Amino acid sequence: MARSVTTVIGYALREGLRRRVFLAVLLLSLGFLALYGVGAHFAFRDASGFAEGEAKILDPKAFTGATIFGMAMFTTLFLGSVLAVFLTLGIVRGDAESGLLQPLVVRPIGRTTLLLSRFLAAAGLSAAYVLAVYGGALAITWQAGHWAPDHLLGPALALAFAVAIIAALSLLASTFLSVTAQGIVVFMVYGAGLTAGLLAQIGHAIHSATLHSIGHTASWVLPFEGLYAAALHALISNTSGLTGVVLQLGPFGGSEAASPGLIVWAFIYTAGVLAIAAMAFARRDL
Amino acid sequence: MAAVLAARALRKSYRGKEALVGVDLEVGAGELLGLLGPNGAGKSTLTKIACGLVRPSGGSVEVLGRPAGSPPARAAIGYLAELFRFPGWCSADELLVLHQRLCGSAGGASERAELLELVELSHAAGSRVETMSKGMQQRLGIAQALVGSPRLLLLDEPTSALDPVGRRIVRGLLEELRRRDVAVLLNSHLLSEVELVCDRVAIIADGKLVREGRPADLERPRGVEVETANGVRLFEGAGREEAPEIVARLVAEGERIHRVEVLSSTLEDVYLEAVRGRTG
Repeated sequence: MARSVTTVIGYALREGLRRRVFLAVLLLSLGFLALYGVGAHFAFRDASGFAEGEAKILDPKAFTGATIFGMAMFTTLFLGSVLAVFLTLGIVRGDAESGLLQPLVVRPIGRTTLLLSRFLAAAGLSAAYVLAVYGGALAITWQAGHWAPDHLLGPALALAFAVAIIAALSLLASTFLSVTAQGIVVFMVYGAGLTAGLLAQIGHAIHSATLHSIGHTASWVLPFEGLYAAALHALISNTSGLTGVVLQLGPFGGSEAASPGLIVWAFIYTAGVLAIAAMAFARRDL
Repeated sequence: MAAVLAARALRKSYRGKEALVGVDLEVGAGELLGLLGPNGAGKSTLTKIACGLVRPSGGSVEVLGRPAGSPPARAAIGYLAELFRFPGWCSADELLVLHQRLCGSAGGASERAELLELVELSHAAGSRVETMSKGMQQRLGIAQALVGSPRLLLLDEPTSALDPVGRRIVRGLLEELRRRDVAVLLNSHLLSEVELVCDRVAIIADGKLVREGRPADLERPRGVEVETANGVRLFEGAGREEAPEIVARLVAEGERIHRVEVLSSTLEDVYLEAVRGRTG
């Protein structure tokens, strides 16, 4: 079984290399990081005099660093999600309709192993991508403004886990939906998750229990959102005073830390989504 | 002869529509069975059930005594679908390596070279699939199906995209497989091809097995045609055994015989009669 898994993962990697997916992703990501570098440089330079005065109520470096790095994390999650969706696009129904899947499925490898191997390839690559871009943005931020988040590893792992969940959801969608419908549905779910997260943020700011409850529920129904919010929170979890409060209320601030329950739930959720996908695939006539 | 493939009372329905209705069929080792029938008759469904792509609604299919679709059954088969596609970025050799790994074949480079030679694609080992003609891809598909030396080969319209030379290559290959004791289930619309290579023929119509047997046994005598100085006469219903008697009687009557031909129904006649002109 291990040999079959590595074979399918290798197949997925070679496909990405030969189709120049990785090259395109690399070039575009370098473009993003270059733009981010320019933005970070001017943001730190122009914000250095921000909130100056007798009562220096805001820390301009922490405020600027956390804001632009939060934006970089938003973009990183988006790019990682795009990669996860495209690496799982049409894996079941699309490939079955085009005749690509049948020659592989009739081999002794088995449908579940095939599906899980494709998930491991897509989730692994997307997570590695997110970690690389996160690392790049972190280095640029430090270089531009000598600011680093309060936690380095936690937010990176949370983002990587979030894109793995999106890969699992996309794989599940591919067992039921055509290629176009799969892409639309997954991105709508992604958008809905982030919107719910923003609602929770607003609810926290204006002390609306209803909005906060909506966001809290969404982070359990779509745990990639909860992980993203927790990653943003971890950037500034040790930042105190007005700066910390303002950052938490901003668009790239997270009001809630990741609870152990959320992380355990995210693992159970991912396993459940994959189990449903495997059962649906096993029952599907090809 | 022990059955390599055995379907018993096989049924399949898609949303209430019966695709197969109680089909019983066997293919023995080294036997080449041609599966004929109009479009939508259930041929591809039967083939797909045999390789585990489709679940039966009733009855059973076994490959070497194991349920179709189970890992041991899948390890014993090779399959080429009617509508298939291989990744365009892959070379012929890489595709065969992938399938060797997936089916645990230890054949290595020598197996790949032999398979490509069998389908006369040795020159294209390093060519990408996307640069190959449809006919080359179909021959590569047959080579892919043969990876791991399967005991049962399921071919669904394997010559639909081939030119006459390609078809001759596949015919030669099927003869070679018979010598190697491989059982073959061949779905085809090309009656002449089936007649040439198959040991047995099974005709399916509306999901039912309506005729089965050796091509020669399915054909029936249509009569004896005799050309004499007075013209051509047809003795309907007469067969090979009656021909000498007919000739002797005509000669005794003073006729001069120029030509005698025993007429029998072709596989096409048998097929058209069996399916009663149905087409999908």
